[in-house]
Parts: sequence; structure tokens; C-alpha cells
Amino acid sequence: MSLWEFANPVKFMALSGKVLPWVVGLTVLTLVPGMIWGFFFTPEAANFGNSVKIIYIHVPSAMMAINIWVMMLVTSLIWIVRRHHVSVRAAKAAALIGVTMTVIALITGAIWGEPMWGTYWAWDPRLTSFLILFLFYLGYMALWAAIENPDTAADLTSVLCIVGSVFALLSRYAVNFWNQGLHQGASLSMDKEEHVADVYYLPLLLCIAGFILLFVALVLIRTRTELRLVRLHRLEIRERMKDV
Amino acid sequence: MIALLVRDMRLAIRAGGGFGLGLAFFLIVSTLVPFGVGPEAAILSRIAPGILWVGALLACLLSLDRIFQLDFEDGSLDLLATAPIPMEGTVAIKALAHWLVTGLPLTLAAPAFGALMNLQSPGHYWIFVTLLIGTPALSMIGAFGAALTVGLKRGGLLLSLLVLPLYIPTLIFGAEAATRGTAGLSALTPLLMMAGITAGSIALLPFAAAAALRINLR
Repeated sequence: MSLWEFANPVKFMALSGKVLPWVVGLTVLTLVPGMIWGFFFTPEAANFGNSVKIIYIHVPSAMMAINIWVMMLVTSLIWIVRRHHVSVRAAKAAALIGVTMTVIALITGAIWGEPMWGTYWAWDPRLTSFLILFLFYLGYMALWAAIENPDTAADLTSVLCIVGSVFALLSRYAVNFWNQGLHQGASLSMDKEEHVADVYYLPLLLCIAGFILLFVALVLIRTRTELRLVRLHRLEIRERMKDV
Repeated sequence: MIALLVRDMRLAIRAGGGFGLGLAFFLIVSTLVPFGVGPEAAILSRIAPGILWVGALLACLLSLDRIFQLDFEDGSLDLLATAPIPMEGTVAIKALAHWLVTGLPLTLAAPAFGALMNLQSPGHYWIFVTLLIGTPALSMIGAFGAALTVGLKRGGLLLSLLVLPLYIPTLIFGAEAATRGTAGLSALTPLLMMAGITAGSIALLPFAAAAALRINLR
């Protein structure tokens, strides 16, 4: 038995149906205690005050925003190479979750930035590359929405995802270059992970695990919906052919 | 291939407006910006290289949907697909034709339009050089976007949404090189990075664009 057996939509539906309740349960079990621990049972940081607690949403959502794009790239490649419907449907399902995570990261970042840096927005490399990532997600989803034939849409969005990944990566480093070229951005781009003490680190880990599980649960639900949509589409075509 | 190039350029120049439109748009952008930011010479000359780059990029964007759309509608793209030239070659030639009728005129006009924005002396040279190296990448990336959206009825807006994020690295390095050159600093690094993007786009994107076209023609 190989992994590819689950590329069969029927097998995927059966397995994901069984796994889904457990994933949802685990999500609740990690995310809820992680958030409560983070929000109510950690001390306030010396320089940050209460605002440090936004880290429990900001960092996990930012991590997921990038990782979801990587997952979309992998599933798009699988679709182009092996043409498994589950794969490309999962990419489509993940896009909306990815764009939501990007928006959450941008908004929480802005809310956090105001008391800390005195501004909601700065053209800091990280902020800028997230805005660009958001634009890439938008383009990907708009292309899905614009094309009627599902197979054509799957092919074209996969090509876009692969080419887009190259350019997204290019933009990421170009933005770094651009900002350093203009001024020193050091005070804004402190590496948060290295500054976090253990008191904050453990609930943060729990929250990150919770966000990953949340993504898995959501992507399973949405992929199942997408597969049902494909099936419905095929059935409709079959019905119409019967009448002719 | 040369016949295709000549045909595409002829169509672009004769088909009523497609040729001059980009240039006129570029001129209007260069005229409008001083109205927006005020006539102070110091501010204008500082932002001139960046504005010229953004203006050239938007002007380039205007005519992108013409690369494949008309040929797709009248069926000549199907003929080109079955022609002995590989699809990748067709895409590259069409991108080249687009550059010759859009990117090159923009490059030639940009130093003159710079006068509207008080562009200082070495700036004319730098805006010319950066646009000359950068606009081929814009045409090639645009051809890829046009290939993706060719089958769509109202693909114009979607095309800009897809293509503009792909333009970001080229714009960053191009505008940075022009700004640095104008300010008298060394602009070699961004210039080389932009040349790298152009070379990479010309080498690889015809394959992606041809794949997209084949999917759309299926």
C-alpha cells in the first residue's frame, strides 16, 4: 500500500471522514488551552506590557500563511505530474485559508505595531513581503474563480502557483535589498523567536500546534466539499447527456 | 519566425491605437504626477526615476491582453499551435514583438518625459539604461499572464491582478538602480540583479506561457 492510494477520491473521502472528528477535537484541545494559558497566565513583558500577548495569534498565523503557500506549491506540482484530483482540490481549498492567515497576520501585526513602533504600517521587509504574499494569494484565487471548466482552471492555477512561487521568493529578497538600500531597518526587524523567554515560549508552541491542526481540519473539510462539487458537476453533465 | 515577428509588429502598429496608446498613457502619467505632488522641483527630481518606472510599467500593462487575445479570437492562434514552430518560439516572438512596439518606445521616450519631472543630468542616462534592460522582462512576464487569461471573456482586470505581483522584483531593482544612478551612487548591484531577472524570464517563462496556452487551446 502506498501513499498514492489516498489520491483516489473515494478512499480519501472515507479516510478523511474518519480522521476529521479527531483532528477537530485535537485542535480544540491544543488551541483553547494554548490561548487561555497565553492570554491569562503569562506575565506582562517589561517593554511590551499587555501587547505581548498578541504574539499567540500573530506568530502562528504568519507561519501558517507561508507554509500554506508551500503546501499549495507541492500539491500543484503533484497535480501537474500525476493528475490526482484530490491534490489540486486541496490546493484550492488551502488558498482561502492561506489568505485568511495572511490577513490575520497583517492585521494583528498592525495592531501590535501601533503601541510598539508607533505606527500601524512601515515598509519593513517582512511587512512588505507579507503584503506581496497577500497579492499572490488574491491572484491565485481570482484565477480559480474566473475559469469555468474545472480541469482547465486546475491546470492554469497550478502553472500560476509554480511561476508565482519563484517570483514570490524573488520579491522576498528583493524587498530586503530595497529597504536596506534606503535606510537601516534594524530596529523594526528584531527576530521575535530569539527574544522570547520560556514563559512565553511554551504556550506559543501550543498555539502553533493548534494553528497547524486547525489548518489541517479546515483543509480537510474544504477539500471534501470541493470533491463533492466535482462529483456534482460530473453528475450534472451525465444527466444532461442522458437527455440528449 | 521572422515572418511572425513582422506580422505581429505590423498588426500592432496598424490596428488603430494599440501602438501609440502606451506612449500616450505614459505621457499622461508623467503629466499627472506633478499635479498630484506639487510643482516643487526638489521633490519632483527626487521621485522622478521611480515615477518614470511605475509609469512605464503601467503603460506596458495596458497592451498586454493584445498579445494573444485577438489571435485567439480569430483562430490564428490555433494555426500557430499546429505550425512547425514550437509553441515556446511563438510565445517568445510575440513577447519580442510586444517589446519592440511598447517597451522600446517607452525606453526611448522616458528620458524626454523625465524633463517634465525635473530629472537631473545623469538621470536621463540611467532611466534609459534601466528601462532598456528591464522592459524585456516586463513584456515576457506579461506574455505569461496573457497566456493564462487568453480564454477568458473579461480577462483584462484579472490579467493586471495576476501580472502586477510578478512585476514587483523587476520594479524594485529597476527603480532602485535608476534612483541610485541618478543620485550618483553605484548602481551596479541592482542593475545586475535586474538583468538576471530579465535573462531568467526570457529563458524560462516561454515554457510556462506555452504550457498555459496549450491548456487554453485544448
